[in-house]
Amino acid sequence: AGLGGLEGLFCVYKPPGVHWKLVRDRIETCILEGVNGTPSLAPRVGLLGPGGGRTDLTLTAGSLPPGVRLLGPVRGPEFRRIKVGVGHRLDASSSGVLVIGVGRGNKPLNDLYQMCCTRDYTLEGEFGFATDNFSRTGRIVERSTYDHVTQDKLEKVLAMLQQANQKALLIHSNVDMRSQEAYEMAVTGELGPQGKSPPILTGLRVTGFQPPFFTLELQCLNETQRYLRKVVHEIGLELRSTASCTAVRRTRDGPFTVDQALTRGQWTAAQVALTIQHYNNSKRQSRPLPAPAAL
Amino acid sequence: MASSCVQQLCRRSTSHLRSKTSCVTLLYSTHVQNHVAGVRTADKTNAGGDLIIHGNHSIFHTSQRRQQVGVCYYSGYNASPLLPTEHRDTKELTDALSQIKDAQHLTETNARLDTDEAVYPSASEEITDKDASHTMVPSTLPSESSSLRDYVDESETLSKLVQLGVKLWKLEQRPNVGTMLLKLDFQTDVVPRLLFLKEMGVEDSGLAYILSDNPFILKEDLENLHARVNYLKSQKFSPETVASMVTRAPYLLNFSVKRLDNRLAFYQQQLGLNSSKTRGIVARLPRLLSGSLEPVKETLRVCKIELGFKENEIQHMVMLVPKLLTSNKRKLTQIFDYLHNTMKVQHHLIVKFPQVFNSRLLRIKERHLFLDYLGTAQYDSDQPNYISLDRLASLPDEAFCTEVASATLEDFIMFQKTM
Repeated sequence: AGLGGLEGLFCVYKPPGVHWKLVRDRIETCILEGVNGTPSLAPRVGLLGPGGGRTDLTLTAGSLPPGVRLLGPVRGPEFRRIKVGVGHRLDASSSGVLVIGVGRGNKPLNDLYQMCCTRDYTLEGEFGFATDNFSRTGRIVERSTYDHVTQDKLEKVLAMLQQANQKALLIHSNVDMRSQEAYEMAVTGELGPQGKSPPILTGLRVTGFQPPFFTLELQCLNETQRYLRKVVHEIGLELRSTASCTAVRRTRDGPFTVDQALTRGQWTAAQVALTIQHYNNSKRQSRPLPAPAAL
Repeated sequence: MASSCVQQLCRRSTSHLRSKTSCVTLLYSTHVQNHVAGVRTADKTNAGGDLIIHGNHSIFHTSQRRQQVGVCYYSGYNASPLLPTEHRDTKELTDALSQIKDAQHLTETNARLDTDEAVYPSASEEITDKDASHTMVPSTLPSESSSLRDYVDESETLSKLVQLGVKLWKLEQRPNVGTMLLKLDFQTDVVPRLLFLKEMGVEDSGLAYILSDNPFILKEDLENLHARVNYLKSQKFSPETVASMVTRAPYLLNFSVKRLDNRLAFYQQQLGLNSSKTRGIVARLPRLLSGSLEPVKETLRVCKIELGFKENEIQHMVMLVPKLLTSNKRKLTQIFDYLHNTMKVQHHLIVKFPQVFNSRLLRIKERHLFLDYLGTAQYDSDQPNYISLDRLASLPDEAFCTEVASATLEDFIMFQKTM
């Protein structure tokens, strides 16, 4: 008996401050708990002690069934380890959507990696100081004022960044810009690097601005969380001030959004099976139906 | 790896040999091997140590009897696990083969020197049907195995342990435990100790738990066990308490009287409590006596120096929640740091509810931030709408949302995803 409905892809919400491997281990434990159930015990025996002057031990049940080596205490639980894989990783201080694959669902994880789909992030930054690792936990390297920073100055800087990233996108897409192929790809939205490339931000905007705090929303490819924090740091530098990133939160990883993500209290085998089923159904619905046979 | 191939091939070659001595040396080999004798599990269980389980006396006798009839002990061995390893390293095999030839030569010379042996009939001789019905059929009991499954049918000790509910699958993963269990005799070793535990007042379910955790209790001297129980009773632990302590800390009776005495004295001295209160703490958490003492010292130092709790405050907290003594130093400091510096909870309130240290830091953080967002985060007992720390940390999610935060569980989940 395999894992059945538990094999597939789903996403969880990784809380901040936790290493992704601990999340993966915890999910494996939860699934094992759900899957193993209660072991088949031997027929319970009672021990009659030395009552009434007897000093020997008498077992009140009869002999064991012939299939004794198949019993729970001998064989152990049916599953001792389950293959649980993790999609694009998140470092310890970031939080957000983490794609998990169970059993046979690990194969599509490979495809997810190669698919070059974008990921959505929400970055929270703070003006006024710069640190060596671009976040609040690092050693402060520089302090500065930020009164001169306004929202349109910030948006100008973001526009500049977007322009640079757009250029990078076109360069790394390995297509000649003057060809018909490039035009068709751009029309369908497929223009972009296939495979390895430096991190590229495909979309960037301000969603909140209360100095010294600001919030950015961006879509990116091939990124690392450290790069995103560096982006915040560079935005601060461009504005003739300093900034560091206080929170990195992934809201979407490919087709997996934060609404479907399971939080810590929901990491049980039953919930996981439900989520995988839901995702499989939605995948089936979104697949284009085959064209009817020509008459 | 080469030597393991040698051993496997040696066993094959013994079917051609007639000498007792070669079989004996291989039977007592201590080289660790990696056999899984044909049992189905969902995943390979390669955890911990792979072990050799030697047959106990009865098995050895039968093998000797079988040798006298002229059928080698190893002929019934399940040879299929050997094949993959053989096909894997051919280079090592050719080296091993040359070693085998030397080994064979040696053992053959031994055979020729041993003149007391009976003449064995050759395996290719024709025998009558009558003789065939009398010959002993060798059982498929392997001499070495990495699992107790192969011996459970034959061994009285193992089958009785299974009936009690002892988790053999856990025990066989520990090094040398399987061998030890097989070598025990049920009537002389196991029964007196089980009776002793039963006399003490241990329940049947407790017996299974103790043996699954501490099988070495079956090797302890009965007089020592009696002495230790008498010592505990002399320290004014009631018999029921002693039974429950042994059930919950199975290694307790493996400690000598002197060691138990030292440990009790340590707790009394470190905590500064009188003997009845120390007894109470130890009775509630008996693994304090059977665990290591250094972490406890470290934790007490942390509470006093880093966290700034006074002596009587520490005593009060430990009386309420003895588990504090064995908790992780880092966890303690992190939770305290968040409670005191971020949530601004004073010392005296933390002392009142030491069970916050049992919960996870992440849980406290999420719940506090949720209450903060709703504007109801009030932890000062003098103010209205006060929320006590134990309700914050110990209530399950549903109850917390409805009672403390006056919100739905969905709201809490949505908030968790914005952290």
